[in-house]
Amino acid sequence: MAKITYYTHDNKTHTIDVQNGLTVMEGAVQNDIPGIDADCGGGMACATCHVYVKEEWLDKLPAKEDGEEDMLDMAFEPKNNSRLSCQITVSDELDGLEVDIPSKQG
Amino acid sequence: MNKTDVLIIGAGPTGLFCAHQLGIIGLSCEIVDNLDKAGGQCIELYPDKPIYDIPAVPECTGEELTNNLLKQIKPFNVKFHLNERVEELKKNQNRWHVKTSGGVEFDVAAIVIAGGVGSFEPRKFSVKECEKFEGNSLFYSIKDKSIFKDKTISIFGGGDSALDWAIELSNNSKVNLIHRRDGFSGAEASVQKVKELNDQGKLNLFTKYQMDSVSGDKQIESVKIKHDEGEIKEIKSDYVLGFFGLIMQLGPILDWGLNINKKTVEVNTENFETNVQGIFAIGDICSYPGKLKLILSGFHEGALAARGCFKYAKPDEKLRFEFTTTSKAAQERLGIKK
Repeated sequence: MAKITYYTHDNKTHTIDVQNGLTVMEGAVQNDIPGIDADCGGGMACATCHVYVKEEWLDKLPAKEDGEEDMLDMAFEPKNNSRLSCQITVSDELDGLEVDIPSKQG
Repeated sequence: MNKTDVLIIGAGPTGLFCAHQLGIIGLSCEIVDNLDKAGGQCIELYPDKPIYDIPAVPECTGEELTNNLLKQIKPFNVKFHLNERVEELKKNQNRWHVKTSGGVEFDVAAIVIAGGVGSFEPRKFSVKECEKFEGNSLFYSIKDKSIFKDKTISIFGGGDSALDWAIELSNNSKVNLIHRRDGFSGAEASVQKVKELNDQGKLNLFTKYQMDSVSGDKQIESVKIKHDEGEIKEIKSDYVLGFFGLIMQLGPILDWGLNINKKTVEVNTENFETNVQGIFAIGDICSYPGKLKLILSGFHEGALAARGCFKYAKPDEKLRFEFTTTSKAAQERLGIKK
C-alpha cells in the first residue's frame, strides 16, 4: 500500500491509498480522479494517462519500458518528468509519490 | 439517401459482428467509420499485437481478427462508409435520418452505436493560436502536397508520418523537422535518412525542441520553438504540420440526448438499447453494471442489440430464435449451397 498524491488542474489535491500491484493510473481511475482518461485501458497505446512526476521521485520509479517514450511523443505537452501512469506499478517503496495531471489529455 | 434497416456507427470488431448478427436474422445494415479502414482500435492501435481471449481462438492479432470478421460478414455485402463521421441525427416518424460529415444521408429504422472510445481524431498542438491557422497553413494530415512546393515547412513529431513527410517534402521544399527528444519512434531506416539529409543541408533537424508559439496574420509566417533548456528559436515557416498520432473523442454523440456517464452510454442489458428508443449501444462505448471492456462482451452485446433492432425494422413480423447449424433461412442468408 502506498499513499499517492494526485494534483489535478483545478488545483485540487487528492491523496489516495493505492494497493500494491495496481498502477498509478488504476488508482486514479478507481477513485474518479479527473484528468486520467486511460482510453486504452493500460495498453500503452494512447497516452491519455500521462502525468508529471515530482522531480525527486523520477529516479525511484521503475524504468521506462520500450514504447513508453514513443507514446509520450503523443502526449499533451510532454516534459522531462513525464510518465504514463499505467506503467508505474505501486509498491511500498512508492509511498508518498506525487504526480501532477496535465490540464488536459490530448 | 441510403435506406437500410440499421446503421452501425463504428467498424470495430463489435460493429462488424453486430452486422453479422443482423444479417443472420434477415436485417440489412450499413456501417460508418471515421477511420479509412475497418477494424477500429484493433487495426489502429494494435494490428500486430496478439489477442489471447477471443473464445476458441487461442491467439490472433488485431489485424487477423478484423480480417476474419470481414470474411464472416462477406455473404451479407454490407456497405461501408469510411472516412465519415456521423454528425446529425433526426427522428422522422418511426425512422431515423442520419447525416455524416461528408454529407452522406441515411434513412434507417434503428441505430447501433459501436463507437469504442469515440472516433479517432488527430491529436493537436497544445498551443492555442494554432486553431486560428488550422486548415489554411497548419495541418494534421496532407491531402494535396503540391501546395508545399518551394515553401518552408515546419514539421513536428517523431513517428513514421513525421519522418516520411519530412523526407518526401524535402525534395521540393525547405523542411524543418522538430521533435521533443533525440530518439524517434519511426522506422530506423527513415531516422537514418533524415539524419543524412540534415548532414547534407537538405533538411534542418531540431531535436529537444517543442512548439512555443506560432505567429502570422492570415497565414502562418513564423513559428517559435523552445529547447528543453529554455532557449527559444524563431524559424520562418509558411506551413506547419503536426503528426502526433490519433486520439479518441466522443464527438457529436454527446448531443443526441443519450444518458452519458464517464464517456460511455448507459444501456439496459436485455437488448442494449439506450434511453432513446431505437438507438442501441454496444462494445466499449456502452456501460451497465458489470460491464467488461472485452471483445467477447462486445460480441454478446451485438447479438442482443441486433435482435432488439428487429421490432423497429420489421414491426409486423415476429422474430424466431434459430441456430445457424439448422436454420434453412439463416443458411440461405449466408449463401450456403447444399
